[in-house]
Amino acid sequence: MLGQYATVVLSAWGVSLAALALLVGLSFARARRVKAQLDAIERQRDGG
Amino acid sequence: MSIWEYANPKKFTETFGRWVPWVYGIAALCLGTGLIWGFFFTPEAENFGSTVKIIYVHVPSAFVAINAWIMMVVTSLVWLIRRHHVSALAARAAAPVGMTMTIIALATGAIWGQPMWGTWWEWDPRLTSFLILFLFYIGYIALWAAIPDPDTAADLTSILCIVGSVFAVLSRYAVLFWNQGLHQGASLSMDARENVADVYWLPLVISMAGFVALFVALVLQRTITEIRVRRIAALSARLHRAEA
Repeated sequence: MLGQYATVVLSAWGVSLAALALLVGLSFARARRVKAQLDAIERQRDGG
Repeated sequence: MSIWEYANPKKFTETFGRWVPWVYGIAALCLGTGLIWGFFFTPEAENFGSTVKIIYVHVPSAFVAINAWIMMVVTSLVWLIRRHHVSALAARAAAPVGMTMTIIALATGAIWGQPMWGTWWEWDPRLTSFLILFLFYIGYIALWAAIPDPDTAADLTSILCIVGSVFAVLSRYAVLFWNQGLHQGASLSMDARENVADVYWLPLVISMAGFVALFVALVLQRTITEIRVRRIAALSARLHRAEA
């Protein structure tokens, strides 16, 4: 399907999808970690 | 109702926190449709062979990379003029997303350029201005990280952002300013004669919509995270004072 340029096309798509997946993954991981920290400190403030 | 209501961190988090999953859903739908269509169901180009399929990741990422910086300039100006913290945090949240898009655009361009132009890199006006834009992204992120006081960091990064906007604009219009260099003109244009061939056009537009939706989802999510980080710092300081 990709002919003689298969390596070129697949490496360009591979780099792109890997970078996007890493960005989304890191954003979700940090969002979850920060939310947990905030919940913990709010419980501490409320004396829980 | 005024747009400035959303400058309130609580209101912003409550409102856009509900939006985030939906915007991610729209991004997944558009990216799934546009990229699968573009990769599996479009023909090879006569002059470029199957490398034409790289436009579905290269063009949208370059588009978002440039416009992310423009969005950062707007939110930085809002910070400088109206001192709304959420706008400064939105600019901070957008920077890593824009930087990643710049990396994708530079990498896919280099991978495409090697077989088509015979070189990975050329000091072409558009490529060079894009590389400088990438360096500005790195500088912007580093400056935020280097300054402990958040308001001072927001002030200085806003100024850097405004200076860097020159290169964001140059990245977009360099091919028009200088009639030299290897990079071809815009793939999508209001002028139908300059557009890519019809068979590639619709999947490209859908892919671009997907990249834009992904950018919006990421920036909203990351802005909410930045707001929470700032709230953690404020609550920690309050708790320390109470304990002292």
